[in-house]
Amino acid sequence: MEIVFWITAFVVIASAVGVVTMTNLIHSALLLALTMFGVAVLFVILAADFLAAVQVLVYVGAVMALVVFGVMILQRGPMNLSNMPSKHVLGGLFAAIATMGFLFWGLGSTEWPVSEAAPAATTVEPIAELLFTKYVVAFEVAGVLLTVAAIGAIILAKEVRAGD
Amino acid sequence: MQAVLWSVLKLLIVLTFILLNAMLLIWLERKVSAWIQLRLGPMRVGRPQGWAQSIADVLKLLFKEDIVPSRVDKVLFVLGPIIAFMPALMVWAVIPFGPNFVSADLNIGVLYIAAIGSIGLMSIFTGGWGSNNKWSLISAMRSAAQLFSYEVPLVLALIGVVMLAGSLSLTDIIRAQQETAWYILYQPLGFLVFLIAGIAEVNRTPFDLSEAESELVAGWHVEYSGLRWAMYFLAEYGNLLALSALAATLFLGGWTAPFGLDFIPPFVWFLLKTYLFVFVAMWIRWTFPRVRIDQLMDLSWKFLIPVALLNIALTGIGITIFS
Repeated sequence: MEIVFWITAFVVIASAVGVVTMTNLIHSALLLALTMFGVAVLFVILAADFLAAVQVLVYVGAVMALVVFGVMILQRGPMNLSNMPSKHVLGGLFAAIATMGFLFWGLGSTEWPVSEAAPAATTVEPIAELLFTKYVVAFEVAGVLLTVAAIGAIILAKEVRAGD
Repeated sequence: MQAVLWSVLKLLIVLTFILLNAMLLIWLERKVSAWIQLRLGPMRVGRPQGWAQSIADVLKLLFKEDIVPSRVDKVLFVLGPIIAFMPALMVWAVIPFGPNFVSADLNIGVLYIAAIGSIGLMSIFTGGWGSNNKWSLISAMRSAAQLFSYEVPLVLALIGVVMLAGSLSLTDIIRAQQETAWYILYQPLGFLVFLIAGIAEVNRTPFDLSEAESELVAGWHVEYSGLRWAMYFLAEYGNLLALSALAATLFLGGWTAPFGLDFIPPFVWFLLKTYLFVFVAMWIRWTFPRVRIDQLMDLSWKFLIPVALLNIALTGIGITIFS
């Protein structure tokens, strides 16, 4: 299992680097899908198969939506120059180092509980139970938020059309 | 080591099964279409009924020159057909051919299939975009819109079945149907939505807007020929077979024998039910004309999704009353 983890981790990181360095928007987006897929494999290794399936269903599907919008909205000039790196090298470097430092500080200063118990055989029922009891407010609020966003997007699109 | 070898062997068996069946399906499609249109279809290669026609076609495609047009995006062009085969293969991991005859009985089987289905779009998009051809691009964008729209009712239609069975595992769903009755009786609405959305998901007429020959020549695979084209073609039939197997498993009780006809082995029942759906899909393809793109979108968002939601509500009420 160890070797599977290292291979997957390499694929995830390499494709994530590819997302940033590729100059073609489509290549970047497809590599992003590979990153998401790799994360799903990591979830499988951790015996969180429900989460893995949702990861693929939601994020890999979302990447395709991203690609479609990328093609429709952001195209300018030749496609192989569609995702050029930013010119703000110093600012970018600062942001990257700051994020990395913050993550290291957060991960390093957290007490990670380690359990000897075997992972649950089925994860769907426990997740459902938690979502509908302990986290029901957060769950419903997230649902309302998404609905509001969707309705807002529809209204914006409609108004633009009425305006022309 | 033994386990690894066993997995590889299983994979090879499934791969052979899909390829053989895909070739059989291509022959069947030509025969069914010929029958519906009062023609004979392929007759010359192999007697009786030209059974070897698909084998001859695949051999011809294998030996054709491998052409990669000069201005395509080479990486994507090559990746497209390979990705196309992935979901068609991966779905079979969880489909039970018989009792204790399943590669991996995942306890999230239904969700796994839904997740795998979302990869299918990627192959069409990579091929369609990578071809650098306006017809391919239009086709890829159409498929994106279509598959996004039809994934929603497809997954919603599955929820009714999952609610009745109380499990996401396909084996458990079959066992639950063995105890009560086939879910096509409890879930007629869900079945209808599943059938329509499923046919749209595998890009078949009346929903084959992404390869509408009359306007897009062939859609996303215009620039493909030879073996790469054959891979797209076989994957398409592999997807049809997977969809039919899923329909047979979820709504017709999978490998269980109806009316106490237990002397016929489960594997045969599974194949019979699967091919019943294959035939229905072919029947629909050669009977209905292609819908327009606006009709396609309306059908999903204004009809199928509300009906699927209604089905979930009705199922919930039914379970509360009768249990």
